[in-house]
Amino acid sequence: MFRSLSISGAIQDRILRILRLLAAATLLFAGLAVPLHADEGAAAPIAVPATSVASANAQPFDFGTLLVQLPDADYDEKEAIIGHLIELHRPNTRAVLNALLDGRLYQRQSDKKVFIADESGDGFKLTDPVTLADAGTASSDDLDKIGTNNSLRKSLRGAVAQFALSDPDRKVRLQAVTEMLRTLDETTIDALRKRLPDEKDSKVRRAIAAGLALADLDSPDADVRLKAVGTLKDSLNSDVYNRLKTMVEPGADGQPGEADPHVFTAAVHAVSSIEHWRSFYESVETLFFGLSLGSVLVLAAIGLAITFGVMGVINMAHGELMMIGAYTTYCIQQLMPNHIGLSMALSIPAAFVVSGLFGVAIERGIVRFLYGRPLETLLATFGLSLFLQQLVRSIFSPLNRSVSTPQFMSGSLQINDALSITYIRLYIVVFTLIVFAVLQLILKRTSLGLTVRAVSQNRSMAKAMGIRTEWVDAATFGLGSGIAGVAGVALSQLTNVGPNLGQGYIIDSFMVVVFGGVGNLWGTLIGGVGLGVTSKLLEPVAGAVMAKILVLVFIILFIQRRKQGLFPQKGRAAEGH
Amino acid sequence: MKVHSLKKRLLAGVAGFGLIAAASMAHAADDTIKVGILHSLSGTMAISETTLKDTILMMIDEQNKKGGLLGKKLEAVVVDPASNWPLFAEKAAELLEKDKVAVVFGCWTSVSRKSVLPVFEKDNGLLFYPVQYEGEESSKNVIYTGAAPNQQAIPAVDYLMKDIKVKRWVLEGTDYVYPRTTNKILEAYLKAKGVKADDIMINYTPFGFSDWQSEVAKIKTFGSAGKKTAVVSTINGDANVPFYKELGNQKISAEDIPVVAFSVGEEELSGMDTKPLVGHLAAWNYFESIKNPANDAFIKQWHEFIKNPKRTTNDPMEAHYIGFNLWVKAVQKAGTTDTTKVIDALPGLETPNLTGGIAKLLPNHHITKPVYIGEIKDDGQFDVVWKTKGTVPGDAWSDFLPGSKDLEADWVTLKCGNYNKVTKKCSGQNY
Repeated sequence: MFRSLSISGAIQDRILRILRLLAAATLLFAGLAVPLHADEGAAAPIAVPATSVASANAQPFDFGTLLVQLPDADYDEKEAIIGHLIELHRPNTRAVLNALLDGRLYQRQSDKKVFIADESGDGFKLTDPVTLADAGTASSDDLDKIGTNNSLRKSLRGAVAQFALSDPDRKVRLQAVTEMLRTLDETTIDALRKRLPDEKDSKVRRAIAAGLALADLDSPDADVRLKAVGTLKDSLNSDVYNRLKTMVEPGADGQPGEADPHVFTAAVHAVSSIEHWRSFYESVETLFFGLSLGSVLVLAAIGLAITFGVMGVINMAHGELMMIGAYTTYCIQQLMPNHIGLSMALSIPAAFVVSGLFGVAIERGIVRFLYGRPLETLLATFGLSLFLQQLVRSIFSPLNRSVSTPQFMSGSLQINDALSITYIRLYIVVFTLIVFAVLQLILKRTSLGLTVRAVSQNRSMAKAMGIRTEWVDAATFGLGSGIAGVAGVALSQLTNVGPNLGQGYIIDSFMVVVFGGVGNLWGTLIGGVGLGVTSKLLEPVAGAVMAKILVLVFIILFIQRRKQGLFPQKGRAAEGH
Repeated sequence: MKVHSLKKRLLAGVAGFGLIAAASMAHAADDTIKVGILHSLSGTMAISETTLKDTILMMIDEQNKKGGLLGKKLEAVVVDPASNWPLFAEKAAELLEKDKVAVVFGCWTSVSRKSVLPVFEKDNGLLFYPVQYEGEESSKNVIYTGAAPNQQAIPAVDYLMKDIKVKRWVLEGTDYVYPRTTNKILEAYLKAKGVKADDIMINYTPFGFSDWQSEVAKIKTFGSAGKKTAVVSTINGDANVPFYKELGNQKISAEDIPVVAFSVGEEELSGMDTKPLVGHLAAWNYFESIKNPANDAFIKQWHEFIKNPKRTTNDPMEAHYIGFNLWVKAVQKAGTTDTTKVIDALPGLETPNLTGGIAKLLPNHHITKPVYIGEIKDDGQFDVVWKTKGTVPGDAWSDFLPGSKDLEADWVTLKCGNYNKVTKKCSGQNY
């Protein structure tokens, strides 16, 4: 709705007058104007009717009066006011629109004036929206935010995109072009065409060329359309794909959208090539989802692989040790709310220590007396898991706690138009591999690892060699529990941190350990990743619920055939402790 | 002799005093009306239900300050069914048979309500159910103060179709009776409005589902076919948190694919990081942000009771507020807490709601409610973007499902919960 530039004579006069004032004002406020907007007028993509002379008899309050009406208007009126503001073509329009979009446009209650306000310390730093000059400070009590709704924000984004085409930051320009590709019309096409010769960055150039080609698909000239299809056949953009599809598929009249046979054949080829690539990238995406789910399973199960695998102890409280790790993350975040990234880094060792200590206490206090009695261990640790859940409910609250994700871990990495990978999952995959590597290092290269392996392989011999087996047991349990705590830190970013966090992962952890082979860390890794990938491959086909059921059935059948799991531990002396 | 008689007199005095004390204590024990509260205080639904327990405690407190009911004080009996559906039935039986409560305020998920229904009907109890649900039910022993589909789901879909011009629909729900039935109704409604089957995608996930990567990617693909797409979410409980987080991570903004949720209110948002949710929608019959003297007073009272000015209020709390007031009025009208007499006294009673209107109890045991659509703001509150002009009467049997459009519930004249208007027969409950 802001795009129409067919302006009547009266409004043209108005604009001329405003432009004359603009020139006068610019001279007057030259020292105060923000330098950033100096090139705004020169490269303004929204076409400005060419004028030469500016005179001083203009109405200075038009922009201002429109702004003052903004707070009390309803959403439809707000859209109309924004439209008028854009038509005025002022250099500060972009700043005001950006502020409104970001929620930084406020009305001061004392004098009902509108300001752009940025947080600074306890209050807000004010900027005058008309002159973009510093206007002092105010506290949050004085200011009322001017609200937006979805459709208003969508229109604002489209309008702001046109301004952003000449932004010095290339990411901003690319974003602007992508935004404009969604709503191509004469104004946007014009703006893109004007921008193309000045654009130096190759990625942005390609995007602009794609946008212009997309527009050319509507051209009446068949050669132009053919050329456009040629440009677009490698694009993975979904708007391009949809548009090409309408050319080859029968429309409402039963005929395909494209009449010319050459262009039609070219479009058919283009569509099938794009579809081939899109399904390829979709499989890569599914594989990544499976990998990330698998890495979460591995993280959860690897602590259990040590306690169950190496010591033969069925620890039903393993999930709660993960929960304790997640709550440790929450507590540390509460202690340093302004340094979320640092708190994450600190949570990892902290969670290891806290859960590890809990693990040692559990081993010394309960499990030690029940070696060789797996059923009693199961029952005792199950009771312990209920106790730990209730403990957390009493200390914190039965409700979930909210744990924030650091800025650098949120959002996604856009590899191309068809594939994007969320940062948090990528970090967790890398984190899992690091934890696995560290654990292998501990077990294979340190003396603790050596004694742990010795005790698990032949307890009496290890005792005869002078190893204090009781302390090794406690240390092993502590190690497994500590790893569970570290897994809890990762889980806190993915799911709710609540007393029930452990319950969601305990079954999966046992599944992975049993499937992968009890006592073998590599088995846990392969088993976990395998189960994750299988789960994610089944999900689009069978639905989330059915996929879980099928995976469980598959494991049951697998264990019937091969009781020791994927990678059984070799040479393990099977003896009671 | 003097000493003996003094001793005897003292003994008699103490015994007498003891008897009187015992008698008055026994008398006091009879002098309370027990109110049962059947809400999950732990488990996956605790995030939503704990507040409702506190709301009823607040209403009981306020009523006791006004002098109680029928000259007696109200006493709360709180049990925790722990989001465990069979445990809901056990706890309901405990409240009705052991504690002999006069009324129960409880349940959230439809599966919990379906589990306790046979208990309430067998023991002739009275349940006030405060949550939006899928309809297709009208029991003599239940008062539904939450929204039926025609008071929430249908108006929300209308808003999306007419105001947002949505052409493609994703119906995303948790796998149990409420989302399944609601989606059946919505699918029938959409098809009746001319939406093609290709333009509707329906997905279900289990309670507490946390790995939303594939599901959200599916939504993204479905939504990039060139037509405006929206998600109608009946996801319940804490699965909502990872769902919205994943939407934010995969950069699906509310302007591209808006999500309208029926089970996400101020309470659920208070435990979430709301930045990725800004602009997404919810449909309710009440929002805390609606400015109204009754609402302001309620919020103030709530903050004082719960001793925390940051606690939010939400739609099911308003439903309990209305339900409790209706129950008090019915007991006063009937002059007794006897369930049958109270149930007979209830239809036709009116009480103010918190948004400036009146809630009236209809013969089908539903109430009249206004409908609001709100957009999530970054402070976890809602900005009302649309509302109905007046109140909408709740319809227990949806007009869009072939099995139920001929059915009517009327406990006043027809004395039947599912009366078939065509065959003129009452099937099922007939009291």
